[in-house]
Amino acid sequence: MRNATLLKKIFAMTAAAAMVVSLAACGSSGGSAPAATTAAAAEAPAEAASGAAIKIGGSGPLTGGAAVYGIAVKNAAELAVEEINAKGGQQYELKFEDDAHDPEKAVTAYGVLKDWGMQASLATVTSAPGAAVAPMYKDDHIFGITPSGSSLAVVYEDPDNAANPFGNVFQMCFTDPNQGVASADYLAAHTDLGSKVAVIYKNDDNYSSGIFAKFKAEAAVKGLEIVYEGTFDDSNASDFSVQIQKSQAAGADIVYLPIYYEPASLILTKAAAEGYAPTFFGNDGMDGILTLEGFDTSLAEGVYLLTPFSADASDDLTKNFVTKYQERYGDIPNQFAADSYDCIYAIVQAIEAEGLTADKSPSEFCDGLVKQFTSMTFNGLTGQDMTWAATGEVSKAPKAVIIKDGAYVGVED
Amino acid sequence: MEFISYLVNGLGLGSVYAIIALGYTMVYGIAKMLNFAHGDVIMVGAYISFFALMNFGLPIIPATLVAIVCCTLLGVTIEKLAYKPLRQASSLAVLITAIGVSYFLQNGAQLLWSSATKVYPSAMPAGSLRIGEFSISWLTLITIAVCLLIMAALTTFINKTKTGRAMRACSEDKGAAILMGINVNFIISVTFAIGSGLAAIASVLLCSTYPSVFPTLGAMPGIKAFTAAVFGGIGSIPGAFLGGLLLGIIEILAKAYISTQLSDAIVFAVLIVVLLIKPTGLLGKKLSVKV
Repeated sequence: MRNATLLKKIFAMTAAAAMVVSLAACGSSGGSAPAATTAAAAEAPAEAASGAAIKIGGSGPLTGGAAVYGIAVKNAAELAVEEINAKGGQQYELKFEDDAHDPEKAVTAYGVLKDWGMQASLATVTSAPGAAVAPMYKDDHIFGITPSGSSLAVVYEDPDNAANPFGNVFQMCFTDPNQGVASADYLAAHTDLGSKVAVIYKNDDNYSSGIFAKFKAEAAVKGLEIVYEGTFDDSNASDFSVQIQKSQAAGADIVYLPIYYEPASLILTKAAAEGYAPTFFGNDGMDGILTLEGFDTSLAEGVYLLTPFSADASDDLTKNFVTKYQERYGDIPNQFAADSYDCIYAIVQAIEAEGLTADKSPSEFCDGLVKQFTSMTFNGLTGQDMTWAATGEVSKAPKAVIIKDGAYVGVED
Repeated sequence: MEFISYLVNGLGLGSVYAIIALGYTMVYGIAKMLNFAHGDVIMVGAYISFFALMNFGLPIIPATLVAIVCCTLLGVTIEKLAYKPLRQASSLAVLITAIGVSYFLQNGAQLLWSSATKVYPSAMPAGSLRIGEFSISWLTLITIAVCLLIMAALTTFINKTKTGRAMRACSEDKGAAILMGINVNFIISVTFAIGSGLAAIASVLLCSTYPSVFPTLGAMPGIKAFTAAVFGGIGSIPGAFLGGLLLGIIEILAKAYISTQLSDAIVFAVLIVVLLIKPTGLLGKKLSVKV
């Protein structure tokens, strides 16, 4: 009997050890990517000509369902920093942490970046983590500008009433309400696309329901007819047969999808199987659908996106960015990459205008950058003459893009 | 007409739930444990069939066979390594181990295949069968047919073969089965093998209908199928079948006629009502606890 109990104990301990190892393995999957980033970033200042580098932090999902966004932002930010460093002069160092689109992990990532001594930040890539860390940016008085965290909760302490802005967290992308309003305005002005709108949105997601609420309000003002409202959530994000059938039965010729591209790909697939071909219309979350592994891009043909960036634009800035990005990473950059690239250049423009140097504290950076951002005008990939309100919200013009032959193409008005 | 089309879609979804629920209910019936890693075996099956289809260019049937073989091996291995040593332990310990295995598989998949969603290739016949103005997609028909076939085969196996009889004996009284010279460990392994093989078939049907593959893909269908198994009476094979079909139909009809926001709430409300009236589920056996 004694032996049996001993064996059992040994087994239990082995099992426990195995669990620990497996947990450690999970940890390392998240940890390896940022470690690599640090190593890559560490090489740059070694070659730096003019002393210490200014430290720019940021976090985003490098793993998990939203990884496409985080990786695009990280790649483009690295590209921008490299370009700027190659010019000589003030050097910059980038440290980008993985937050897996998880608020708790974003808080941990924020702690790591703060200890590292970041002087300016790309905040977070996605909204929910952004809302979690924004109060910390405020308390610690560190400047942040998110490339793509579009929720009001990223810039306002009281997002429901759009009141009490943090004041030192800025956005490069449109806020969700602005996306909803702009989408309704666009559809109302382009009745050739259709006049009966069905909406399918994710009701347990701030991003999606936030856009939808404003879209609905604006649609009522502009006389746009919404014939069907369908929802889904995390627990039933795979079966869209009912939503498609209901949209079709309601005679909708436009299906508005203020959602991310993964469920959108399922909706497009299901609609094609049912032989239903309305005009699909999305926002920035739809961006990324063309790089989804294994997705038949012909299904996305003719899908409209209201986004501030299209990779086929013919200006020099876009051409240079798209060529370099493609050479280095093999993909055509999406809007998140463009927003991120703009963030780095905007931060650098503000730092240079304010004459900040690497020896200044994060708090001094914050004061200087807030002052610059609320007064400067910035020209970037995602818009001309961008300005920022004191609330942190950006003002720039959205642009309609259509998917044609497997690529994003700007729509001429 | 619309109603029939919702009903057929519900049957299609329900058939997938039913096949997964069979795995839960068989393991519960024989080993008296809830194998929470079952949903993740589906996920592994989905990845294996995905790679067989995409990277090796196999047609759908050989790809499914490859997935069945791999999942069966995986299921038996999990049973041998994680559950067999705990045969005498409390059921809570086994339950927690099952949850551990589930996390292990999910995170392992993330490590091996990354967490980015992959789109499952459409290898099933496309298009739909038209009868007048009414149409059913071939995929839904295949799903329902496969489910019926599996149900028939499983019932025959359980009732007509020697191994099947041994399985029933184990589920009724494990102690007496041992005394009758039945190798209980072998029977439990066979149960896991069958359940995991079914999970592989379910994964191909699931991913053909909802073509996205990601490391947590098994979690939600797993929970819904577990609900279906409880709904029908856990431990009962016809119960799992009936529970799965009803769950799928209720879910789709609730979405279509009541609210897309409330569909899950309605499904679980029905479950609660059924359990209040029949605590052992629709076809569950009444348990008499021996003192």
